[in-house]
Amino acid sequence: MESMAAPLPAPTRQVEQDVAEESTADVPWQAIVWNDPVNLMSYVTYVLQKLFGYPEPKATALMLDVHHKGKAAVSSGDKDKIEGDVAKLHAAGLWATMQKA
Amino acid sequence: MNGWKRTGRGAKARLAGTFDSQEAAVLRGLVGEVRQMLAGRSADNPADELAVLTGMRTGPSTRPDDRVLARLLPDFTTEDADLAAGMRSLHEPELIEAKDAAAALVLDTLPEAGGRVELTAEQGDTWLVALNDVRLALGTALDVSEEMAEDLPLDDPRAAHLGVYHWLTFVQDALVQSRMQIR
Repeated sequence: MESMAAPLPAPTRQVEQDVAEESTADVPWQAIVWNDPVNLMSYVTYVLQKLFGYPEPKATALMLDVHHKGKAAVSSGDKDKIEGDVAKLHAAGLWATMQKA
Repeated sequence: MNGWKRTGRGAKARLAGTFDSQEAAVLRGLVGEVRQMLAGRSADNPADELAVLTGMRTGPSTRPDDRVLARLLPDFTTEDADLAAGMRSLHEPELIEAKDAAAALVLDTLPEAGGRVELTAEQGDTWLVALNDVRLALGTALDVSEEMAEDLPLDDPRAAHLGVYHWLTFVQDALVQSRMQIR
């Protein structure tokens, strides 16, 4: 972490409240797909197109991220949406988890 | 099995493939094994009185000890054990149900003696899921890795099973390619 050159003014009560609200309610979630030695590149691409309606180039790019980087965030949103997305990915046989973005 | 062909157009589009009797027996056997494993997991967690009364099923909150089942029924998160337990309990019964239904469709559409299989696009999607589950189960049991050689030495006890695994990979990949031609 970089150190600050000048001291910041003391936060007001109002600022503290804003920070607290942001850190609880509005944190987005992500569905993560992990690399897996079994799942086919073609199948992963197809599943991402079918489940999320992604155009083929986007689905392919995400699949390649999974393949080369070990994982990729394939969707984001509120917790309920991501819970549903991970359930669908599991039903398709992909190795997926949910996490706070 | 020489791959899948798309026939027809629009709502009449079909995915057609032919299995000989030995291929049909191997695939039906493996699909049946996966079904039995999933049924065993469900049997370990019978519906309690509350679930019967309310119609709200809950599954177990802990990951299966068996690594094949653990791969078929993954955790929802690795970061928060309580959340993972809650999500599993909530979603595992419907996940097992979906996988069982996919396996059942393969057994319904693949003749025991082999022969021609003709699938609608929707049935093709279900076949893809069932084929993937069988490959996940076999691949996990065989410790398949991306660095693994194409063939194992003949004296390796896994060599014959790996041949079946590669064949399933071909069947699934060919079905994906044909399925992607149907809009």
